[in-house]
Amino acid sequence: MERVPVLKIGDILLVSIQIDMEDQTALQLQEDLAEKIVATGCHGVIIDISALDIVDSFVGRTLATIAAVSRVLDAETVVVGMRPAVAITPVELGLSLPGIRTALNVDLGIEMLAFSRDGAWAEDAEDDENEADPAAVPTP
Amino acid sequence: MALSPEESGRLADLLKEHADGLVGRWAELVGVTLQGRMTRPELERQTRELQRGFQQAFAAGARDLADEEAAELRAQLGELSATRARQGFSANETAVSVFAFKQVLLGILGDAADVQTLRDYVAFTAFVDQAALLTFDTFVRVREALIADQAEQLLELSTPVVKLWEGVVAVPLVGTLDSARAQVVMERLLQTLVDTGSPYAIIDITGVPAVDTQVAQHILKTVVAARLMGADCVISGIRPQIAQTIVALGIEFGDIATKASLADALRYVLGKNSYKVVVAKRTER
Amino acid sequence: MKEEPRRIPVATDQDVVRVRQLVRTVAVEAKLSLVDQTKLVTAASELARNTLVYGGGGIVEVYGVRNDFRAGIRIVFADEGPGIADLELALTDGYTTGGGLGLGLSGARRLVDEFTIETAVGQGTTITVTKWCR
Repeated sequence: MERVPVLKIGDILLVSIQIDMEDQTALQLQEDLAEKIVATGCHGVIIDISALDIVDSFVGRTLATIAAVSRVLDAETVVVGMRPAVAITPVELGLSLPGIRTALNVDLGIEMLAFSRDGAWAEDAEDDENEADPAAVPTP
Repeated sequence: MALSPEESGRLADLLKEHADGLVGRWAELVGVTLQGRMTRPELERQTRELQRGFQQAFAAGARDLADEEAAELRAQLGELSATRARQGFSANETAVSVFAFKQVLLGILGDAADVQTLRDYVAFTAFVDQAALLTFDTFVRVREALIADQAEQLLELSTPVVKLWEGVVAVPLVGTLDSARAQVVMERLLQTLVDTGSPYAIIDITGVPAVDTQVAQHILKTVVAARLMGADCVISGIRPQIAQTIVALGIEFGDIATKASLADALRYVLGKNSYKVVVAKRTER
Repeated sequence: MKEEPRRIPVATDQDVVRVRQLVRTVAVEAKLSLVDQTKLVTAASELARNTLVYGGGGIVEVYGVRNDFRAGIRIVFADEGPGIADLELALTDGYTTGGGLGLGLSGARRLVDEFTIETAVGQGTTITVTKWCR
């Protein structure tokens, strides 16, 4: 059975699922992540599923469980990179993935975690946009 | 019912012998059905080609329209039918042009009252019926291809997904949305979100005259799918009648943001991004 | 018209993955749109898992079909497990006996164009699904 690697980057655990997972692999990932969160004390988990070509009810349930378990362990989970065709399917399947936060890509996922941790957007983002258009001023 | 070899031989001779009279009379008959929508010389050219086609097929020994010997005739009939379909003639008018051949031949047979002539004629009419059916078939197929082409063109010219701001894309929907088009548009929108990395999308339906349950479902599904991908959708430009319909149909828009106009939607999205839209101070000129 | 089916016995987790990959290959060959491919593969994944978990393993057959109007793909999932006692209940969203989300059968049905199910208690279950090209 293959195993999905969990990488630690700063305060974030990054998981990029690059294989067509067996159910057992998904369950293993769920366990690995819980242990890694406790071992590292990370407060954010990003799961990149841009390489997955389907999300069926099993994968959906695993993602939801990971998010719930992480929350109990004081870590926020963001699922990033779901493909359009993949995103249309769970809707029809009746899978709503409640409690899972999502972002378009890893960058936005990191931003989202930073935002929810500090309660504000990262400060440097503010300056870049400021000069671009005088009609739209960021609120202080 | 296939012709006997003798029958096709005799028919070939008959068609050859009376070629000119036949073409003239045939063109005249077809002209009546088509009511002057084609010129006489054009009609005569067409019927002459057909007459020659039939004659050659019989001379080559064709006993059935499906035979190898009638391949050229089949191609001719197909071509004629396809042309007529594109010119906007009805299937009826096209088939009648072929059926008229029977009447013409009857005229040529004259007063001959022997059994053999009768047999020939019956066999011949069966052959012509096949030919007319073939034109009918081709006609329908050409028209279907035309319709499919047009539908595709419509889809293509349908809807651009435009970038409104850094991180904000919009789809201005214009015209009637059927289920197929709604699906294409929505798939394109989702793809654009990924390609541009935009976390916000505005679906503007100002130009949509009516929304039925299916279309509303498509829009809702798109919004949910976009959320799964990590993007938020705002629906703008809902007209009063459409709002009425949505409520009457019992469609739940739930917690999806709806705004009256595209401008409101943009302001709302910018606000969520911690922007505030204010009037710029004018400098004296 | 019916071509030779490609069959995969389903006995392990790994086989479910192989079913997904086979269905994906056939769907690409049949020129299904990307969204339809995804829907069909997802449905196949759900049903193959059911075959494994509830049916105790079985056989999956995939083949291309064609009617007068269009081409499509048909997949048959057959097991010789305990069968389904209350079909209507099994097709209800959220009902499960196996600890899943209860979306396998009902969800898969929504993802395909045709869905038939033959089952009897003690005699196994055969589910046939078809997806047509648009």
